[in-house]
Amino acid sequence: MAVKLSNTRSYNTVMDGLWRDHPISSMVLGICSALAVSNKVENALAMGAGVIFVLLATGIIVSVLRKLIPRRVRIITYMVTIASFTIIVDRYLDAFYPEIREAIGPYAGLIITNCIIMGRAEAFYIQNNPFQSILDALANGVSYTYTLTSMALIRELLGFGTVLGFRIMPEGFTPWVVMVMAPGAFFVLAVFLWVTRTMARVEPE
Amino acid sequence: MDITSGLKIFIASIFTNNILFASFLGMCSFLVCSNRISTALGLGSAVTFVMFFTTIINYLIYYYILVPLGLEFLSFIIFIAVIAAFVQFVEMFVERFSPDLYYALGIFLPLITVNCAILGASLFMVIREYSFGETIFFGLGSGLGWALAITLMAGLREKTGYTNVPRPLRGTGIVMLIAGIIAMTFMGFAGMMSVQ
Repeated sequence: MAVKLSNTRSYNTVMDGLWRDHPISSMVLGICSALAVSNKVENALAMGAGVIFVLLATGIIVSVLRKLIPRRVRIITYMVTIASFTIIVDRYLDAFYPEIREAIGPYAGLIITNCIIMGRAEAFYIQNNPFQSILDALANGVSYTYTLTSMALIRELLGFGTVLGFRIMPEGFTPWVVMVMAPGAFFVLAVFLWVTRTMARVEPE
Repeated sequence: MDITSGLKIFIASIFTNNILFASFLGMCSFLVCSNRISTALGLGSAVTFVMFFTTIINYLIYYYILVPLGLEFLSFIIFIAVIAAFVQFVEMFVERFSPDLYYALGIFLPLITVNCAILGASLFMVIREYSFGETIFFGLGSGLGWALAITLMAGLREKTGYTNVPRPLRGTGIVMLIAGIIAMTFMGFAGMMSVQ
């Protein structure tokens, strides 16, 4: 029996995460780190990888244990799970990429309070089986990463004239210093929201 | 500790290194709760209060328990547990002894556990290697800076209700643009002093 791809549950899970319920533009979750870490492409990629790892691990643990976790203590359970995996990410960055950890600063630790992970755990992993949770974690993690990376591309290109450390802009280019500083992050995210919401025709809240 | 370095950190953490506009912490509740000035003031004071005490408690735990035992890598989990426990404790305490204050702050307290500004302040304190005295000023200053930021935004947002914002920009988008402009004005303080 042939089932249309767009009707399967897995397809919907992935599409919700990648586009329809995009964590940053439609639900406005995880904004803090999206703003702070998007000044350079390499930082954005490292942060994205960290978040994907923690999301996946939390998704697996919470969905496997979902029948054993008492409702009253579920928030604390998420927090301890997320915090443990965040520590792993931090230790890993410290051991292999100390410069990136230096650049990201406290934001690696702040994966704990990244609302995407908490939000997905509460909204999805606690009710669904491990397979769907893994798909959901991957979709949300990837959409977080591509958003961060595309913001970082714009900011690094205009702010430093480079991408991943390679010079792209011609010699005479004057870097837009404001792009790498705090206001640039707000402006780029505002434009990003504007563009995606126009494309998706999201009704404003 | 000499008092000038403390005061310098205090002023800098309110203006030049404002925890929201320079470090982007606490954005989630900033976006959700900045609709009305009264809500913003309530949340701002609750954050200031919790941030002031949790940075002090986390300082003592980090330097007197975790460092001697060589357990610095556990700091994330300990900090978040301290914050959650402190918020819970304050909620029970305030409910018991001051019902008025509880009604004013009560609804905001549970939100604060997941406010990244609180955890961020503790992490900055460790990364920047503040002394105990500096931590006191830093915790208070960052909290006040956050409260100032959300109150400013609430004031401006009440006015955007009367303006014709492009549809897709309504809500979060316009708040981001306004935040960018406020962040630029806060950068103007940067010539005054800075801390790293």
